[in-house]
Amino acid sequence: MSRVDRSLRGAAAIVGVADDVSPTGELDRFGRDLEVAMVLDALADAGLTLADVDGVCHPESAVAFAEYLGVHPTFVESTMTGGSSYEVHVEHAAAAIAAGVCDVVVSVYAATPRSDRTQGRRREWRRPAGPNPMAEWDMPYGLRTPMGPYALAAARHMHEFGTTSEQLAQIAVSTRQWAALNPRARYRDPIDIDDVLASPLQVSPLHLLDCCLVTDGAGAFVMTSAERARTLAKSPVYVLGAATCTDHMVIGQMPDLTTTPGAVSGPRAFEMAGMEPADVDVLMGYDSFTITALLHLEDLGFCKKGEGGPFAADGHLGPGGSLAMNTNGGGLSFTHPGMYGMFLLTEATRQLRGEGGERQVAGANVAVAHGSGMFLSVMSTAVLGTEAAL
Amino acid sequence: MSPARTTGETPAPARFEPPVGVESEAFWDATREGRLLVQWCTSCDRGVFYPRVFCPHCAAGADALEWRTASGRATVYAAVVENRPDAAGAKFSGGEPYCVALVDLEEGVRMLTNVVGSPPAEVRSGMPVTVTWEPLSDGRRLPLFETGQTAP
Repeated sequence: MSRVDRSLRGAAAIVGVADDVSPTGELDRFGRDLEVAMVLDALADAGLTLADVDGVCHPESAVAFAEYLGVHPTFVESTMTGGSSYEVHVEHAAAAIAAGVCDVVVSVYAATPRSDRTQGRRREWRRPAGPNPMAEWDMPYGLRTPMGPYALAAARHMHEFGTTSEQLAQIAVSTRQWAALNPRARYRDPIDIDDVLASPLQVSPLHLLDCCLVTDGAGAFVMTSAERARTLAKSPVYVLGAATCTDHMVIGQMPDLTTTPGAVSGPRAFEMAGMEPADVDVLMGYDSFTITALLHLEDLGFCKKGEGGPFAADGHLGPGGSLAMNTNGGGLSFTHPGMYGMFLLTEATRQLRGEGGERQVAGANVAVAHGSGMFLSVMSTAVLGTEAAL
Repeated sequence: MSPARTTGETPAPARFEPPVGVESEAFWDATREGRLLVQWCTSCDRGVFYPRVFCPHCAAGADALEWRTASGRATVYAAVVENRPDAAGAKFSGGEPYCVALVDLEEGVRMLTNVVGSPPAEVRSGMPVTVTWEPLSDGRRLPLFETGQTAP
């Protein structure tokens, strides 16, 4: 793999964001309607318009979406890595901007799994048919996805390091404490460890409250050059480092169930930023399940491998703790439409702008958005910072 | 070629029946006689799973790959229990919780499987298991692994 080139550092910035969620878990709009609204809202947040857009990211087809928008971009990006897609878009868009491929990039997400069900709408997304590794070697055995692979990782982590269900539960408890401070969170009532352990076992060792929500949700971000960012409406949130790594797709091919490819993407992103975990004020670590967040803590270097359990149990992660993690309430309590990575970015941006309201982390200058896609398969890390962090 | 199946009156199989990949016909044919094959790279001397047209360890071509009969002995790498078979869409357990596990074969490859022969919640990482077979509707057999058995 190539050496880390730091020329990307500070070259591009997120300048506009938008998202749409509801405490009911359902939105009125869906599909392209919702996507376009997010793009326009994010552009308005930046003080830009569609006429400024020359880069489009969409995990299904950026070309089809650009046509729908009526723009003629010089940069299209359709990378689909599951939940981490939008962190990958950050990395690639920043690189494209730094290289002069384009100037203003939009990335968008909209999914409405809850109202699709209640409204009886057909979902567009389908499992691929025909012979493929997952169908041939996994599906006969009834491993529920996405939960099953994460449960296997939790089981192996418990076996190797003595991690307990109580320690995993503490992550859900701390995250809920943050959600209580977010008026837009789906669940805000406090929970304790016993509540998590008393919630129904799904794929053991994971309980229901170890698992993320299923909600509607949508969001977008806009990025442009650092130079241009300083002329726009809001304080720039600079991309200081970004890196992605994948080491498998189906869980049986993951080399080590206790170490994710975040152990590569994290250090690379930090190196590019010239920073280390101790410099991070807000960690937005994709929490599809409690075990997912625990693995991030270790692989990004906030604690040593195997020590994620004790680290979480010591209450480091909630409001007032030593590491502000998932301050919006996370996928566990805020929202989770399926590919949650967009919300890591909207919250990180708001924290770095000081727009966090009651949950604002005082003086936040550096945030990490760490996305996880598919079955711990694709990790993408973005180190973001304010002007003061440059 | 799989024989034409009757439709209509035939109940859906209890298992999702795996398709046969272009690289894995030999694997599935051998299951008909209860033999577990592992693809082996003669260039780097390592097992390959799932079957491929080249070696993912050393990039040797198909000429370097051969089929070997596995011992059938394996060790549980990680095991979980599906407590909601309905949520998983799985009918093969008759609604009862079942164990899904990754097992490491003696030949150094890892497979997903179901571990049977013990209550599912008692299956642990590190337990020795041995291959056992469950018939599929077309005469192929699905490899499962069971606890408490010595080598065949």
